[in-house]
Amino acid sequence: MELLKVIDREWFKQRLTGVVLCVMIAFAVLSARLFYLQVVEGSHFRRLSQYNSIRIHDIAPLRGLIYDRNGSLMAENRPSFNLSIIPRDAAPLEKTIEKLSVYIDVPKEDLMALVYKKKSKRLSFRPVLLKPDISRNALAAIEAHRFELPGVVVAIKPIRHYLQHEYAAHLLGYLGEINLKELKSGRYPECKSGDLVGKFGLEKACEPLLRGKMGGKQVEVNARGQVVRVLNTVDSITGVNINLTIDNKLQKKAVELLKGFAGAVAVLDTSNGGILALVSSPSFDPNSFVSGLTHAQWRELDSNPQMPMQNKSVQGLYPPASTYKIVTAIAGLEKGAIDEHTVFHCSGSHKFGNRVYRCWKRTGHGKVNVVAALAQSCDVFFYQVGQKLGVDILAEYARACGLGSATGINLDNEPQGLIPTALWKKRRVGIPWQRGETLSVAIGQGYNLVTPLQMAVLVSAVGNRGTLYRPRIIKNIISADGTVIDGNNNSVDNITHKAIIEEFAKFGQIEIIGKLPGSSRTLELVRKGLWEVVNGRRGTARTVKIKGIEVSGKTGTAQVFSRKKNTPSDRRDKKRQPMHLRDHAWFVAYAPSDAPRIAVSVIVEHGEHGSSTAAPIAREMIKCYLGEEIAASAVNGP
Amino acid sequence: MFDRRLVQYFNWGLLGLFCLLAVTGSLTLYSALTAGSANPQIALFYKQMIWYTAGLFIMALAFVLDYKFLERWAYACYFFCVSLLVFVMFFGRVGGGSKRWLVFGPVSIQPSEFMKIAVIIVLAKYFAKVVTMEGMSFKELFLPMILVMIPCVLVLKQPDLGTAIMIFLIAASMTLFIKIEKRTLACLVAASGVSLPLLWFFVLKQYQKQRILTFLDPDRDPLNTGYHIIQSKIAIGSGMIFGKGVFKGTQNALSFLPEQHTDFIFSVFAEEWGFIGSALLVTVFAMLILWGLNIAYECRDTFGIILAVGVTGMIFWQVIINMGMVMGLMPVVGVPLPFISYGGSSVISMMVCMGILMNISMRRFMLD
Repeated sequence: MELLKVIDREWFKQRLTGVVLCVMIAFAVLSARLFYLQVVEGSHFRRLSQYNSIRIHDIAPLRGLIYDRNGSLMAENRPSFNLSIIPRDAAPLEKTIEKLSVYIDVPKEDLMALVYKKKSKRLSFRPVLLKPDISRNALAAIEAHRFELPGVVVAIKPIRHYLQHEYAAHLLGYLGEINLKELKSGRYPECKSGDLVGKFGLEKACEPLLRGKMGGKQVEVNARGQVVRVLNTVDSITGVNINLTIDNKLQKKAVELLKGFAGAVAVLDTSNGGILALVSSPSFDPNSFVSGLTHAQWRELDSNPQMPMQNKSVQGLYPPASTYKIVTAIAGLEKGAIDEHTVFHCSGSHKFGNRVYRCWKRTGHGKVNVVAALAQSCDVFFYQVGQKLGVDILAEYARACGLGSATGINLDNEPQGLIPTALWKKRRVGIPWQRGETLSVAIGQGYNLVTPLQMAVLVSAVGNRGTLYRPRIIKNIISADGTVIDGNNNSVDNITHKAIIEEFAKFGQIEIIGKLPGSSRTLELVRKGLWEVVNGRRGTARTVKIKGIEVSGKTGTAQVFSRKKNTPSDRRDKKRQPMHLRDHAWFVAYAPSDAPRIAVSVIVEHGEHGSSTAAPIAREMIKCYLGEEIAASAVNGP
Repeated sequence: MFDRRLVQYFNWGLLGLFCLLAVTGSLTLYSALTAGSANPQIALFYKQMIWYTAGLFIMALAFVLDYKFLERWAYACYFFCVSLLVFVMFFGRVGGGSKRWLVFGPVSIQPSEFMKIAVIIVLAKYFAKVVTMEGMSFKELFLPMILVMIPCVLVLKQPDLGTAIMIFLIAASMTLFIKIEKRTLACLVAASGVSLPLLWFFVLKQYQKQRILTFLDPDRDPLNTGYHIIQSKIAIGSGMIFGKGVFKGTQNALSFLPEQHTDFIFSVFAEEWGFIGSALLVTVFAMLILWGLNIAYECRDTFGIILAVGVTGMIFWQVIINMGMVMGLMPVVGVPLPFISYGGSSVISMMVCMGILMNISMRRFMLD
């Protein structure tokens, strides 16, 4: 053993000699490299260091385009012409500026102020931006007088353009300069201050898809900052193009119908949750955000009491009013509180405890069963159903119908809405639930809050006999190499495709989020009730009838203000209420009744009656979408 | 109990080299942090000084205790460091896109730095037992491979490619030093010769290949890594023969250098000190390495020899990879320059290395 150790030591010494050799070689290479960099090439690098000569110039990517379901363009990039001047080259400076001020119609003093904004006395070699996005006329004038305008530079820059203007403002959103909070959030890893990013709507939600990837040029500049050589170029990657599920024609129609009102419309494809139209009124022109709003414009938008900047179809929270009776009916039928033969007598009011709960129809509906109660929107009938069920069971069914939770459209911080339970009230308000409140909840008043989109999903499910689809906004995505990403893609070895598929899943994947909590028997009764709303002899929305198309729906009139004395029938005779106290009008519908294709949810703020303001809008929407079929059936039909 | 020979055999030369590097490092760090900067990060400099002070105690500890102690506790050290790495995976602090640090109040440490030393100790223990003049067979190499693979995978998960490569290189050089059987070596070379192309053509996806190519050739990514390398080369080259003078580096002052106080600190030094200073620094590092190898040469104990070679190897690879990277000779991996770069864990682990080398050197008479 000892002997071995001794041999080992000599052997190790041998090995160490080899190691020393390797080490010497490695350090010799390092020294040689140092010699090369600092002595041989030293003066070259010294010169490069003097003006920090190697710089990166960005190449901005083009943003992806947005189309509707039929391929008509909704958002594109148009060229804009930015007028700049290089002060050092513009001699005589003042005279040049003077001429320019005429062509672009900006006072000369303002332009001079821009040129002299920088503190340094020496005029710059860097271009100073005088006016972004100059008009075609100005451009023509400047180009024509090129030789009299030394140092003037017109740079072309792509700029976002929304072809639908105010018709899809909330849906598409708009771009704006990235702010400090967004920069720090880490959600925009490639952006730096001054970059434009989506601020609202789809532009914001689909930013990673639409943005593309920044490219750049590694350049060598001289002491004047002018590019001497391009050392290396990395091309930018254009953002992907998106085809929406939106039907442009329908979208436009909805905006026109809502003109003058505050309100919202959501139209869904009942067979897969595809959003055909998503409108909020009043609207605005997103193009004005691209070119930069003036203070006055912003103040006007911001202070408008009708809140044009809110996407009411997704974000607006309203009491569901009588449209909620769909939920109460399902719960009552399923829990056995009522069946199709159960009849309640409506005398125009219902006494509960020491309070009288009125029906909207003072004279009463007489004897009604569940179908008639839905058709005529009898409050007394549903008071009694609610009373039998209790608030927590109602809430359970409302949640199962998709209310009280976000639909998952992934736009604009979609709220959850509110479906009250006894526990919720105890926690939130601190007062135990009053049993009388259940009656209000049963007809969709009280604490209930829903969004127009949630109601669209619900009524669509009633239409398609029970399936709640997650609303989806993207039909498919076209990747840079032309591949169509539409949820049926299996090959994911391509990293860019993988990223797109992930994004598509958020906005485009057909997804069932639940089933209505009712047997087919229950749903048929509800469907019969909704059919009678439009087609029954006493339905509340008989005006909606369209020749050739059977429509089913439900009206709703949401109280904005507690009205103990003013029942609607009183009010007709009285002087009309001030606008902000009038009721909201709801109408939710699907068509055609027996094999529906579209579902519509309409709310008109302060529109008073679902039947008189909201229902006609839904009617026009259905007519617009299924219109061609009417024409066809008019020829063959009865 | 106390042997006078311990003092007699103390390696003053090594201590001298260390002091030289520590002073140079502090000076360069100060310049990198302050020159031309609007908001100098002077606090980092003081932090580094505190690390050096704390490091002195740890270094003292590392040479006072007999290194035989390390042999006995090798596996304990190893598993302690591995468990720290696992801990990082779950509770680590995220910084710059990777999860490397454990935070204890005001102090954050990077366990992967200490993992390197633990791997050296555990391998030295194992190799000391199995070493033969014929070299290692495949069967004997199996355990070390596992011992190296575990920390490598954990570190890659963070992800920290630089440290993983370091661990691999250290282990590989130790293994080659104690010799691999000719047949086994041939097999290993042949196996990697066959599997690498297979991996490249049939397993790796397009984007993974892109990443590897960019790693090997920074010019393929001219807007990021490639740009950094060019700026680093400009900084070094513009120092020319005599340098721009201490605290007068312009590239440094204008913050054109990335990571100028950590991985790219050598370009700050080279810009300010020129070829003369840089060549001197390279020489000092070379002397340090040779000093370490000499300690192995004079040691009479197998474990001591292999430990000294491993520790020296660690310093060697850090210097070569870091300098090679900033001079544009090698791919860009995040490896700090020993004693010069900012970083508490790096400083402490390097001082532990110094302590271990002194320890071995001091006790070379013990087996007489």
